[in-house]
Amino acid sequence: MSEQLAQVSTSTRPRGLWDDAWDELKGRPIFWISSVLILLFILMAAFPTLFTRVDPHVADLSRSMEEPSAEHWFGLDRQGRDVFARTIHGARASIIVGLAATLVTTLIGGLLGILAAYLGGWADTLISRLGEILLGLPFVLGAIIILTTFAGAQSGAGPALVITLVVGTLTLLSWPLVARIARSAAYSVKHADYVQAARALGAGPFRIMFRHLLPNVMAPVIVYGSLMVATFISAEATLSFLGVGLRPPVVSWGVAISEAGDYIRQAFFLTAFPTAFLCVTVLAFVMLGDAIRDALDPKLR
Amino acid sequence: MTLQNRDSGDSSVPLLEVEDLQVEFHTRAGVLKAVDGVSFSVDHRETLAVLGESGSGKSVTAQTIMGILDMPPAVIAGGAVRYRGTDLLGLSPPERRAIRGQKISMIFQDALSALNPVFSVGWQIAEMFRVHRGMSRREAKKRAIELMERVHIPAAAKRVDDFPHQFSGGMRQRIMIAMAIALDPEVLIADEPTTALDVTVQAQIMELLAELQEESGMGLILITHDLGVVADIADRTAVMYAGRVMEQAGVFDAYAAPAHPYTKGLLESIPRLDQKGGDLFSIPGTPPDLLHRPSGCAFRPRCRFRTDECLTEDPPLHDIGGGRGSACHHYQEVLDDAER
Repeated sequence: MSEQLAQVSTSTRPRGLWDDAWDELKGRPIFWISSVLILLFILMAAFPTLFTRVDPHVADLSRSMEEPSAEHWFGLDRQGRDVFARTIHGARASIIVGLAATLVTTLIGGLLGILAAYLGGWADTLISRLGEILLGLPFVLGAIIILTTFAGAQSGAGPALVITLVVGTLTLLSWPLVARIARSAAYSVKHADYVQAARALGAGPFRIMFRHLLPNVMAPVIVYGSLMVATFISAEATLSFLGVGLRPPVVSWGVAISEAGDYIRQAFFLTAFPTAFLCVTVLAFVMLGDAIRDALDPKLR
Repeated sequence: MTLQNRDSGDSSVPLLEVEDLQVEFHTRAGVLKAVDGVSFSVDHRETLAVLGESGSGKSVTAQTIMGILDMPPAVIAGGAVRYRGTDLLGLSPPERRAIRGQKISMIFQDALSALNPVFSVGWQIAEMFRVHRGMSRREAKKRAIELMERVHIPAAAKRVDDFPHQFSGGMRQRIMIAMAIALDPEVLIADEPTTALDVTVQAQIMELLAELQEESGMGLILITHDLGVVADIADRTAVMYAGRVMEQAGVFDAYAAPAHPYTKGLLESIPRLDQKGGDLFSIPGTPPDLLHRPSGCAFRPRCRFRTDECLTEDPPLHDIGGGRGSACHHYQEVLDDAER
């Protein structure tokens, strides 16, 4: 009898949510297409010299705004710099801002959401109301105010500092969205029997929050986070276009679009190439986010 | 706590003692007294059955002992819960946490919802050793398998990585029991441990609890509404109604000659084979609304022994000799009635 049981249990290997999600993802072409595109962009961000050997900062003013040719595939910008090289090198800033802002936002938002649900009372009120105030602020207006106040004062700031400031601004304005999702997910299991049981068996607050509440919060937050990357990449481009985000000498798609915007009628290709790269990146992240959402949360489909 | 002073501990101090416990729920409709002056105690190797129907306050009592009551809305209005003479209600949260699971442990009614669905059962049992005993992953897992064998889970070594939903109800309850006894607690509270299980499995779980108690000498508090389940393994019983202890007695005394009309009614409500075809007995009326407790004795409206005295005088728990207690003015009459 026990041998039979043993055989049954070995043939049906334990399967969790993540196994099922992976099986679901594996069968979806959209997941593979978006993954390949994203890997390509990440490779571009990490090792731009694999794609181009041209220095994006070398300017030949005599060849300003030259049209695409065999030598310069995407043409040359107003200052005579190679647009292809600048577009390839621009991936780094966009990808870093998108991924870093998403990471920090999900971590902070997730943590605050779990804390609000677990602690309840005044801590919950404080976190939730603060979040609502920040969400009440129009996103772009809020970001412009914050960035002009802090980054505007130090126009000589290095690229690292500017990127940090942009990531910080995006995080500050977006964590309440994640906190809300995390809070409601954590709240729904806070009174579950197994959380009570864990308490009865001597689990402390940290163990309850991170062992019992966190796993239930992961799936919805990951779903939201995967869609957030695309939002942040386009937000970065928007802010850079408006002149309050990244700015020269940092090479980014937003900066490139901003610089080329004035000449859109004379040299359309200057705007078209970085915009196309930006759109494909955002699209890839949105497709991946959709696929992950479908796999992790079948109810939403 | 070593094994030596476990059995030879100060015999004048009970292992776990609940004294005049009062728990209230402050709701919008008013103050609800869920537990109203409950006292009982349990010692090593002893099994106390706390009997009562839904809403009688038995689970709230258990949660108060464990310190897992949600406060608010609950308020502990008075009384004491003493473990080896120390009042647990006066301890700080970290001090209480050191007792939960290690000294006093608990198992729950529905083992499926009491186990975390996202971790394997072995992981959850092993966590007890990793957190409280600081064991390595490998050693904790080894101990988890040993525990699963101790609670008679077949092919434990192969099933250790399975998830709760892959086990049957009885097996899940065994896993819950394994987690609860992992740290060798001195008191185990079982809150309706067999209610969600079918009858044959109920008997197996009860046997297992009795066996584990025999091995470790722990005190067992069995909370249930099923008189049949406790008859075999309980030593003493405390019958609760409307937040109070109505009768305290040895199990055999209570079953042979109940000293409270409520206990009597419960015993008479158990269907017997010789009643086949006839009507089943039930206690008339319904339990009182605890927000509007009747004056005098709470059981009065449903009692066939009631007199005018019951309307005005709330009966205390009379000591009726032989270590028994009954909260009834007419306990003598009830006892005599049984002998007839």
